[in-house]
Amino acid sequence: MLEIKNLHASVEEKEILKGIDLKVNAGEVHAIMGPNGSGKSTLANVLAGRPEYRVTSGEALYEGKNLLAMAPEIRAREGVFLAFQYPVELPGVNNTTFLRTALNEARKYRGQPEMSAGAFLALLKKRMQLVEMADTLLSRAVNEGFSGGEKKRNEILQMAVLEPRLAILDETDSGLDIDALRIVANGVNKLRSKDNAVILVTHYQRLLNYIVPDFVHVLYNGKIVRSGGKDLAMELEEKGYDSIKEKEEAASAIQ
Amino acid sequence: MSNSDLTVEKLASEEYKYGFVTDIETDKLPKGLNEDVIKLISEKKNEPGWMTDWRLKAYRHWLTMNEPHWSNVKYGPIDYQDIIYYAAPKKKPKLNNLNEADPELVKAFEKLGIPIEEQKRLAGVAVDAVFDSVSVATTFKEKLSELGIIFCSMSEALQNHPELVRKYLGTVVPYTDNFFASLNSAVFSDGSFAYVPKGVRCPMELSTYFRINASETGQFERTLIVAEEGAYVSYLEGCTAPIRDTNQLHAAVVELVALDNAEIKYSTVQNWYPGDKDGKGGIYNFVTKRGACRGVNSKISWTQVETGSAITWKYPSCILQGDNSVGEFYSVAMTNNLQQADTGTKMIHIGKNTRSTIISKGISAGRSNNSYRGQVRITSKAENARNYSQCDSLLIGDKCGAHTFPYLETNNPTAQVEHEATTSKIGADQIFYLNQRGISTEDAVRLIVNGYCKEVFRQLPMEFAVEATRLLSMSLEGSVG
Repeated sequence: MLEIKNLHASVEEKEILKGIDLKVNAGEVHAIMGPNGSGKSTLANVLAGRPEYRVTSGEALYEGKNLLAMAPEIRAREGVFLAFQYPVELPGVNNTTFLRTALNEARKYRGQPEMSAGAFLALLKKRMQLVEMADTLLSRAVNEGFSGGEKKRNEILQMAVLEPRLAILDETDSGLDIDALRIVANGVNKLRSKDNAVILVTHYQRLLNYIVPDFVHVLYNGKIVRSGGKDLAMELEEKGYDSIKEKEEAASAIQ
Repeated sequence: MSNSDLTVEKLASEEYKYGFVTDIETDKLPKGLNEDVIKLISEKKNEPGWMTDWRLKAYRHWLTMNEPHWSNVKYGPIDYQDIIYYAAPKKKPKLNNLNEADPELVKAFEKLGIPIEEQKRLAGVAVDAVFDSVSVATTFKEKLSELGIIFCSMSEALQNHPELVRKYLGTVVPYTDNFFASLNSAVFSDGSFAYVPKGVRCPMELSTYFRINASETGQFERTLIVAEEGAYVSYLEGCTAPIRDTNQLHAAVVELVALDNAEIKYSTVQNWYPGDKDGKGGIYNFVTKRGACRGVNSKISWTQVETGSAITWKYPSCILQGDNSVGEFYSVAMTNNLQQADTGTKMIHIGKNTRSTIISKGISAGRSNNSYRGQVRITSKAENARNYSQCDSLLIGDKCGAHTFPYLETNNPTAQVEHEATTSKIGADQIFYLNQRGISTEDAVRLIVNGYCKEVFRQLPMEFAVEATRLLSMSLEGSVG
């Protein structure tokens, strides 16, 4: 589904990603872990097309298409979804209107008819149960005055409505208490299927107790330095990122 | 160049959609202004003598005045002798319905996206179409007259109800009021007159679509709306003008009078030609709009969505004379490219327990300048007066300007006056968030701007709210950078 080859990217002339290779197949869940500043969020944002991030070389193929050549909204309509680390507030923009607009943009793109307000509301109610969200949040402005947990749940609700093929969750667990974490994880688990894939970007192992990944990758200094199964996450939890840092620093000293 | 920049370039190059000239033969006076021209206008309109005298008094007063330059707008000198003060379509048909109207005219309305036929059928809107300076078609008149409601052009009112016009004309905006109001009083061509008698609730929205058409014709509309004791009326005004290279002056006067327990709701959607993206052409919109809440418990509510004109200079105001009377002002003013707007309101509290609310939303894009200027005056007799003002500015891009000039004057210690102001920008992170949900940059801006304006749009009648949303979207084209 997604194939990233030797991807380099910079922010304000500073190179953050220094050659990422990653292959994600349908049905898989990949966890990207690593210490702060290793480039995890940059990878998530580059895949979604955030304009401040500049790809300097390498490629990313999504369903065989050149993902990096697509505008952010086209990527979204093609089924790439980013759950934001810091969901943005949109004062005055009604949450329901926003969600319906987003869904209908994707439907139009795929040549499907737009969904009526009634049909959409029925779908929305169903999806809201997944994330145990209160109805009152629907009539409010997008993320405005939402608590940290509500914002993250709203991200998962959007994902549930849009049903992306590739979902990238950028530190969705950060700032969540244990109940909210469980709710968010349940939401994600219910949306897992053989046809779609999930990339979880996280600093901590605890999310992976709830969403069990098929693969774990460790990102350090802009490169994937280790890959493995879910046991790798356990190992990191035990030893911390310091062992990885030491090893990498030793290796670069030799070079 | 990023993707969104490219879109912007494309959108910015789109031209004003309403730039077309309707080919209807026009009967107009030569350029210039003097007493003979004023007499001629009055004569052509077969006006009573007192009206001619009033015009002349206004003209003589105007000659003693200087053009005001205190507003935060810039424009070159206006040559008042280079303006045609009267133009009327040569065919002056007396129409019973729109089918009898000049097909060119109907076509023009259709191009504006306002099929009158459709309007009539849809919402039960009575449309008094002011085409250049003379009313061409007035509909629904019969239905209204059954209720004793008068809704016609000012010219007709002067013929058929001169005593009513004489009683109220100039009582809210005297001919000495200001430079542009004096000019209007001298040369006004036509406009609308609405009168709702005691205890009558007008069952439909009264609507006028103004349209400036003849080249280089200044438009001097005069509108007067009177709601007698316990009456209610909602009036809609919408405007569109075609592209011209030379700037066109528009100096209208609107007067509202609400007696005891009466309510007038006045809504405007204004999208006159704003000039091209380099600031060439466009309408100068220098308007005096004022309502008098003369009676107890009376209410006047102004709602305006201003997206057009090169320069807007306009302060719809309320004089709250009656005890417990209420004044409201809801405004969205959008400027793009090189447009300038200096707009706001005045709330003059005279009666006891008078209340006023001001909600102003300014949106600036391109290299435009948008100023809110508002005055709240609580006079010494206005016990327990209350005002709430909220002035928000939204900036799109970094070359535009937003300014707020609130003037508060409180002469009674029991007054409660609140003023809130905010300035915000559409952030790149907001745009990206919406992009990431599959929404294009233009649509993202529209969503954000519509959300921002919601409080004001809510005040508009349904059909108007839809049109306002559409116009705002059009004005936003090319504004994202």
